[in-house]
Amino acid sequence: MKVGGFLMLLAGWFLVLAAIVLLPSPAMRAAFILAGVAVEVLGLILAFRSHLIPREEKR
Amino acid sequence: MPDPRLTEASAVACLFFIFLVPFAAGGLALMNVGLGRSRSAGHMMMASLTALAVAGVACFVCGFALQGFIGGPAHAIQLSGKSWNWIAAEPFFFRKLAFDGSTASLAALFQIFCVGLAALIPLGSGADRWRLRAIGLSTGALAALTYPLFAHWVWGGGWLAQLGVNYGMGRGFLDVGGAAPIQVVGGLTALSVTWILGPRRGKYSADGMAPAIPGHNAVLMLFGCLLALVGWIGLNSAGAILFTGGQASGAALIGINTILAASASALSAAFITKVRFGKPDASLTANGWVGGLVASSASCAFVSPAEALVIGSIAGTVVTFSVEWFELRMEVDDPGGSVSVHAVGGLWGILALGFFGQFQRPVLNAADNFLPTAVSGIVSGQWLAQLIGVATLLGFVLPLTYGVNRLLNRFYPFRVSIEGERQGMDLHELGAGAYPEFVTHTDEFLPR
Repeated sequence: MKVGGFLMLLAGWFLVLAAIVLLPSPAMRAAFILAGVAVEVLGLILAFRSHLIPREEKR
Repeated sequence: MPDPRLTEASAVACLFFIFLVPFAAGGLALMNVGLGRSRSAGHMMMASLTALAVAGVACFVCGFALQGFIGGPAHAIQLSGKSWNWIAAEPFFFRKLAFDGSTASLAALFQIFCVGLAALIPLGSGADRWRLRAIGLSTGALAALTYPLFAHWVWGGGWLAQLGVNYGMGRGFLDVGGAAPIQVVGGLTALSVTWILGPRRGKYSADGMAPAIPGHNAVLMLFGCLLALVGWIGLNSAGAILFTGGQASGAALIGINTILAASASALSAAFITKVRFGKPDASLTANGWVGGLVASSASCAFVSPAEALVIGSIAGTVVTFSVEWFELRMEVDDPGGSVSVHAVGGLWGILALGFFGQFQRPVLNAADNFLPTAVSGIVSGQWLAQLIGVATLLGFVLPLTYGVNRLLNRFYPFRVSIEGERQGMDLHELGAGAYPEFVTHTDEFLPR
């Protein structure tokens, strides 16, 4: 799950880069950049959840 | 030869402002000491000196060579007909750098202090459990790789700065005083270190409680806030002159905006804690103050004082709730509040420039071009450039800094032993306590 979170962060960033390079229309570009940021937010949530401390390790 | 772009008055003023920046480092170090435990106070100060020393040497050896300066030699790739400048190609060890008042030499001096400041940020989150040698290793990686790479993209004429020239997104990614390369990069490294180290023993119990472990010296912590203000005025003013083509005459607005943002942020934090807990909380107010300074960094040269007040008050609110959310909901044990103050506050500051920025003068950003004036940051697409900067910090810098620190942790474990944590970092790592005359704590590991 940890790796998945960080991979989603990277995937979101690549989506942003792809939008800048490949899309000529400013509106489409902005939409895909926002989509990339949304993917990053999901990745961040996954990264945070995967770092919650298991109950048996709390002391 | 001195750079013709920089007038003599601006160069002198810039030098003066750069020499104020170490006050920010002193302020952060004092805050980290005050917010930590008494039995690790000496260790924290020693760690701060170590981090500054390692960061300075790393910047000299290779950091500045990778970061470079606007208009300097760099590697670029061509993508869809546009040049993407991704890393500088300056020689190592400051070779070929003329120390004659040139903009590049001032930038090199500025960077040594800035990278030291970034290196101090993770210390607050790893307090009471992060070994000294591991701090040195992690700081080396930050100062030699993560910081210069991202700082080149923002301050060295890199691809983020080129977004305005290449794709018409406002002035390209703008950051006057280092909210992104210093504060957010430091804050995300702090988050990575906190995840790798895990919480302090006794912080989270099996019954779901998370008892507060208060800082040991409120005076040090609050005095650190005052020192930080002086340093931040220098940081923001010097950054505006070096990286946006501002003149010394603009420093008054920058100073006013910096203190207004910090004041509004601290007052917001004090008000929120007073309403919620019955009394204003000193440590959260201090965090709010620095959060306001951090949020002011990106936009201080391009907003009005009233807008700085709004940016600061939002920063204080966001930082106050974020500290609690990270600690209680996300189980991120961050004694210094570094993640909330520097990462969250910095991200807000970056976005705020996109929403509030007004460009009344041409702005220097990429490749020695002064981009023309425009009325508003929102209309010109500045918000999109700022959003791409935020996406890069979260999508590239966070995985990079986490991966590098995780790798270092495999070779040299970051966390001190259980015995060392119980004994305190001062005695365990340095052999002497910071306050030898006083018994300053009880042992919370013993059952009562």
